[in-house]
Amino acid sequence: MLRRRVIPCLDVADGRVVKGTRFVDLVDEGDPPELAERYAREGADEIVFLDITAAPEGRGTLLDVVERTARRAFVPLTVGGGVRSVAEMRDVLRAGADKVSLNTAAVADPSLISRCAARFGRQAVVVAIDARRRMALNADGPDPSWEVVVRGGREPTGLDAVAWAERVVELGAGELLVTSIDRDGTGSGFDTELLRAISSRVRVPVIASGGAAGPADFVAAVRDGGADAVLAASIFHRRIHSIAQVKRAMARAGLPVRAVAGTR
Amino acid sequence: MKAWAPERPVPPSEVFRVAVVDYGAGNLVSIEQALTTVGTEVILARTPDDLARADAIVVPGVGAAAPAMRRLARARLVDPILAWIATGRPYLGICLGLQLLFERSEEDGADTFGVLPGRTVELANAPTLPHIGWNQVVRRREHPLFEGIAQGADFYFVHSYAGVPEGISADRLVLAETEHGARFASAIDRGNVLGVQFHPERSGGDGVRLLANFVRWSAALAAGAGAQYTPVGAGGTSGGD
Repeated sequence: MLRRRVIPCLDVADGRVVKGTRFVDLVDEGDPPELAERYAREGADEIVFLDITAAPEGRGTLLDVVERTARRAFVPLTVGGGVRSVAEMRDVLRAGADKVSLNTAAVADPSLISRCAARFGRQAVVVAIDARRRMALNADGPDPSWEVVVRGGREPTGLDAVAWAERVVELGAGELLVTSIDRDGTGSGFDTELLRAISSRVRVPVIASGGAAGPADFVAAVRDGGADAVLAASIFHRRIHSIAQVKRAMARAGLPVRAVAGTR
Repeated sequence: MKAWAPERPVPPSEVFRVAVVDYGAGNLVSIEQALTTVGTEVILARTPDDLARADAIVVPGVGAAAPAMRRLARARLVDPILAWIATGRPYLGICLGLQLLFERSEEDGADTFGVLPGRTVELANAPTLPHIGWNQVVRRREHPLFEGIAQGADFYFVHSYAGVPEGISADRLVLAETEHGARFASAIDRGNVLGVQFHPERSGGDGVRLLANFVRWSAALAAGAGAQYTPVGAGGTSGGD
């Protein structure tokens, strides 16, 4: 049976792992390959790098980080952040990534998704969707809805997140990384309504992101949100919870997880 | 770390060369590193001459069959690979490298190697597609490839299609199965040809062990323990159906 994945996310800036609430208050948390290897040993099912280096000259550093990681940790690696063309995606894959996550560039030019999928296969194309909940007019109002935002949540797009999810899958996305911008960095739990709204409408796997505080949140993202995988950053970096603790909680809730040392 | 460093299948005094066929199909760093970790010398093979120097070949790859066949043809690698297989030398196909062994892909209608009877089809009844993540590989019989690996161990998959063996020998080709909505063949073997639908180079300690096993098995095959292995494709490309 297919296991539900637990994925530590490493925000990388200028070749170092950092974590703030997205773009502000960045704190240096270590060498990416070293952290990735540690997580792989501790049972991470996959590693996600989000490159938040703003300057284009930082790209070479990223490729070096990807390659050093691929040589140290024999688990799948997804890289996102700043990939704007088929050629850039090729460079990241050749450096050792298995999947590339597209976000702002896909909103600006949706054909990028289909072109990347045609060249590398849809399984290599993850589309990251950052979603912000729209304010309801009143409690009896219509079903909740979410708007796609880009540039770390600073720029609204007018796109409905669920409709955009369906569109990118049609275009060739093989997986969706769905982040609740409202919850990201707050530790108030995943937005399971958002996850369910999207996972019930697409057939591709959905990775939940934004808001993890403890193991119970991971269980809720899968059970209530229909997520196939759950991603978190600070709770792992700061050793608030280990991957093994999260997997134990998921196993106790009856969710299929890959056994790692200490979870059986 | 010990789980990632199984005992070397090749004595340090000997050189065992594995050609990893490079036809522009994305990430080769992981497979190159994993094979280096188990003590082999890796050749990223882009020409027929590169293959000629190898003791075993690995065909990796993800994605669709038609562009892969086009790129292999452009590099003039198709015939050398078929000749390699027909002469009984060790082959490991990973993901697309397994699917290419069959006759045809339903994904884009591409004619593939035709070494094994059958077609590559979309996974039936899959609850999610692509099938991405760790899943159990359940062996139907034993094989040196899985030595030291627990029955039902988890390996990493990322694919939407899988090869379906056909003909009277179909059942005997299936070495292991995995379930995602329905059961499919996740490892096949026939004589000198092995294929896995999952990615050993991305499957942690068990994946590295499987690659070490492949190298050890290949070395035994090359050393003449090959009597027990029947070369595939010697009598043509249509296999045993």
